[in-house]
Amino acid sequence: MPDALVFHFDVDGENFTSAGQASTAVKRNLRQLGLPSEIIRRVSIAMYEGEINMVIHANGGAADVIVHEDCIEIILADHGPGIKDVSLAMQEGYSTAPDNIRSLGFGAGMGLPNMKRYTDSMKIDTELGVGTTITMKVNLT
Amino acid sequence: MKVGDLPGHGFKALALPDPDRSIDGVYIGDLLSWVMGRAQMDNAWITIMSNNNVIAVASLADCSCVLLAEGVELPEDLIELANQKFINVLTSEKSAYEIAVLLSGLLS
Repeated sequence: MPDALVFHFDVDGENFTSAGQASTAVKRNLRQLGLPSEIIRRVSIAMYEGEINMVIHANGGAADVIVHEDCIEIILADHGPGIKDVSLAMQEGYSTAPDNIRSLGFGAGMGLPNMKRYTDSMKIDTELGVGTTITMKVNLT
Repeated sequence: MKVGDLPGHGFKALALPDPDRSIDGVYIGDLLSWVMGRAQMDNAWITIMSNNNVIAVASLADCSCVLLAEGVELPEDLIELANQKFINVLTSEKSAYEIAVLLSGLLS
């Protein structure tokens, strides 16, 4: 079996306005691989939501996108504060984002729900004061 | 219909890098995650938001164009960004509702 293709990005926690660079790059790379546009759309939206979360809540982090034969795996890892109550955070409309983020159109409490909506599996590993790692998969078959 | 037809219906094109893109429907919203969660591919997206995250969301959600309502304009650097990212952006003096009504007629 050929080695899986990996794209790695460092997400800059300081620069909110440039958030989305990693997801946009992933979208371009996946398009070059000739994947179906609906798959690309799901991967890039899920990743963008995660990227925005890392910028808002965790001062940045690392994003890895791995193209397997049967799925695309997205791993988002940060060293932020962790998620206190995951089931609450998964509820549509629940948000702890500050007001300045809301004025930009984010903080609607739809980030994690959208990540789940657009992926076939999603796992959240989080520890308060240590960080959060989210692993998502979008099936190709 | 195609995005390139819109200037003939009273829209002012701010960036029109992909005029042949077809419009299959409409989504209205200003909260970006709602748009990403609910808008469909090839929708025209009506909003009053005009920061650079709007360009990113339009690109990632594969909207056929961004339609700025209420005469909202785009700063020069974002027009450049939209052209770079191949995102069509047009503006209209009409409200979001009036734009939706107009598009409803044009799409049927």
